This record gives sequence, C-alpha cells and structure tokens, in this order.
Amino acid sequence: METFILVFKVLGFGDLCLYPASFEYYAPASLDEAIDLLNKHREEARVLAGGHSLIPMMKLRVLRPAYVIDLNRVKGLKYIEEKGGEIRIGALTTYYDVITSDIVKRRVPILAECASVVADPQVRNWGTIGGSLSHCDPSGDMGSSILALRAKMVAKGSSGERVIESDDWFVGSFQSALKTGEILREIVIPTPKPGSGGAYLKLERKAGDYAIAAVGVQVTLDGSGSCTYAGIGLTAVGPTNLRAKKAEQALVGRKVDDRVIEEAARAATEDCRPTDDPLRGSAEYKRAMVGVLTKRALNKALADAKRSR
Amino acid sequence: MTALIYPADAKVRLELTVNGERRVGEAEPRMLLVHFIREVLGLTGTHVGCDTSNCGACTVVLNGRAVKSCTVFAVQANGGSLLTVEGLARKGRLHPIQEGFWEKHGLQCGYCTPGMMMAAYDLLQKSPNPTEEEIRRGISGNLCRCTGYVKIVEAIEYAAQKLRSDPSWRSGGD
Repeated sequence: METFILVFKVLGFGDLCLYPASFEYYAPASLDEAIDLLNKHREEARVLAGGHSLIPMMKLRVLRPAYVIDLNRVKGLKYIEEKGGEIRIGALTTYYDVITSDIVKRRVPILAECASVVADPQVRNWGTIGGSLSHCDPSGDMGSSILALRAKMVAKGSSGERVIESDDWFVGSFQSALKTGEILREIVIPTPKPGSGGAYLKLERKAGDYAIAAVGVQVTLDGSGSCTYAGIGLTAVGPTNLRAKKAEQALVGRKVDDRVIEEAARAATEDCRPTDDPLRGSAEYKRAMVGVLTKRALNKALADAKRSR
Repeated sequence: MTALIYPADAKVRLELTVNGERRVGEAEPRMLLVHFIREVLGLTGTHVGCDTSNCGACTVVLNGRAVKSCTVFAVQANGGSLLTVEGLARKGRLHPIQEGFWEKHGLQCGYCTPGMMMAAYDLLQKSPNPTEEEIRRGISGNLCRCTGYVKIVEAIEYAAQKLRSDPSWRSGGD
C-alpha cells in the first residue's frame, strides 16, 4: 500500500482522501448474476470479495469504480474439500478458514503457514484467497504457495469456465490472467503424495507488513530419499510472484543433502528479480534473503517430508 | 433471487443487530462501517485511528469475526450482527476483558483500547487459553503508542482466566 501512497504523492494528487468516490453497489445472489453485471459494466466495475485490497485502493482513489459487485451474498463460494486427488478451495474462503481447515493442515500445511503470516488477525478474518489471487499483488503471500503447489485456477465467465495453470496466472503486477468479465471461482490443488512437506517463510520489517522477501517451498521425497517434486515460489522479489525454476531443477531427481540445499538456495537467488526500494531494502539485500529463506524453508519442508513418508 | 442494487449517492435503509438490539440507519454505498457506527448509530466508542487498516482502533466484531470497520462498507453489514465495545458489558457488569484492562492498567491514553478489546474478544473466542505469544499475535493488528503492550497482554491474560472460570460470559455475547 505504501507504494500506492508514494505514487499518489509523486503524481501530485495532494492530500490523501480516505473516503471512496461514490459508486453503485450490487449484491448479486448468484455467481451467474455477478458475471452478468460484470459483463454489463466491464472496466467500470470491480468485484468485492474480502475488500481488504480493493477498499484501501478506493479510499486512496487509485481505483474509482462506478460499480462495485459484492460477492459476499453469493452462496457456495466458501469451502475447502478433498476429492479425487484434488483439494478444491472456493474463492471466497478466508485466510482464517484456510488456517483452521483440517484438510489444509493435513494435506497442504504450506497454505496454512502462508495464510497465517498474511497481515493481521482482522485482515485474515475477512481477506479471501480468491481475492488475493485475483488482485495479483507481487507482494501477496498466497501466490507463492499456489506456484509451489502448481495449483490451477477455475475462472468463470459468460461463456462458461476455463482452467488456468498457476504458471500462466501471474501476468504482471496487479494483473492476473482473468479476462474482463471473468471471476475466479475456485482454486484446485493436486493433493501432494505421501512423503511431501512444505513451508512458507516470510521476512517482514514489522508485524503484519508486506514481505521484504518470502519463500514458499513444497517437496516430495520417494522411498530412497530422492526428490521427486519441488515447487518453489518467491514473494515480493519480482514484478509478480515468481517460480524459482533453477532452484527446483537443482533438487528434482537428487538425494537432497546439505550441499544440494545450498545449491538450490544459490539458484533461487538467481531466479529472483528484486528491485531497490526505500522501505524494504536494496535488491542486493533481498536477493541475499531469498537465499537464506530458501535454505531454511527447504530444511523445514524436507524434515516434514521425511516424517510423512 | 435477484441482485440488491443500491444506487450511488442514494441513502439506503440498513437494518442490523447491534449489540443485541435491532437498529436501523441510512447510509450511501460508499459510507464505511466505522462512520456508520459513529455518526449514524451514535456509538462513538469505536475509534477512527489511521483510516488505512493499519492501527486497529476501529476494530468491531461483524458476524462473529473481528474486522477493521474502516475497511468494510456499511452496506455489507446490512442484515448482519455487529458487536462494538459498547456491547461488551452486561447489565452494568464490565465484561472480563474490560475488567482486565481496568485491573491490569491495560491503557494509558485509551485511544486504542476499544479496538484492542474487540481484537482480544476475537482472540479469546478462537483460543480461550492463549499463551503470551498467541496474545501478542492476536493483537498484532492493533497499535498502541503508549503502553509498550506489556500491560495489555496482562489484561488479556486476566480476561482469559476470568472467562474460563465464568462460562456465563461465553454464551451469546453477540
């Protein structure tokens, strides 16, 4: 958010206005109705989920939608279920729901760990996984876990649904693969195999802040201790959440010992693309922290993977 | 079922349960919940601090979950259930959280206190027997610029213990 305030001041808009511009409010009762409204008003409309990114942006007048479409009265968008080797999460599921879900804790603890370091308890009560992913803030925590887990996003528009791979989801800063008129309905995570472990580690300046850097790691080990799957997502060190592909390659097919972990951590520092910023440190510092966090997250994820085999 | 439509700039009639009572008030769609609570309902215990969802002074409990009321529109609360700091005490008896802040001197200037207490309420609903660390995490969305938090943590520990020993407070608060 500081970035917005900065941009705002630089552009000379003067005093911050902490009251949103007026808008027409819709509370549709179904997703189809929401999609109809979104298609009617196109770029003039914004979809409201938890509102904890949208409302601050409206207060700062970074966004001035003429129409706000509130999804909170739409039934059936809040669930976490496991079926047929997949975990399905409704877009309106809150961080708090994710943190307290038995399915998440048992199958994809990386998601619970990740959700528990987003902002603060009040925000986690209201902020939603679908809202966060649609917002596509490069400092958003959830995106890195989604990349590490290679989840799929189910988007619904007027002509039906399409499935978008997490690799294709993060198009740019604050830009998801959603087309105008589409709404993210569900996140689908392939259930990790036995012998899997995950971790999400975040370095922040102060409680509840955006990350200086954060790393999400998901690994699977086979019976002989070889790594058969590695997913690594990076937060706040690029124009979008990034996949650390070189780091993943350093792990897959190998027995992971301390030397391999060091190698992967070094590769992650090459995968990231941080920039200098006046609030959270230099690119050099962030790059170094990506190395440290990757190493620590790998150690934790590997320990969990060994335990669950 | 069709969509609710509230035109811009027009005042809409909202009906919700506030501290156990049915309340009605008018708000245009862009009105934030905190302003509705203070200016329309006249409940000024909920404070406006930073207006940017950082400080937590405006924390209330909406539909059973704590929220920073500067970051939710009043229209979103329509038909819902709201608990503010004014709703904590019952029949002239301070809520254990309020008693804790009194007994342990959990405040100095008092500005952050209503939000701090509502965050504590949310925490103790979810975790009736929190560790010190859990309490500190539980209030991590609330800023206090006076106390250094030590006394606030003690106040919440006091409240947790009291609530555990007197379960009558736990039922039907909101």
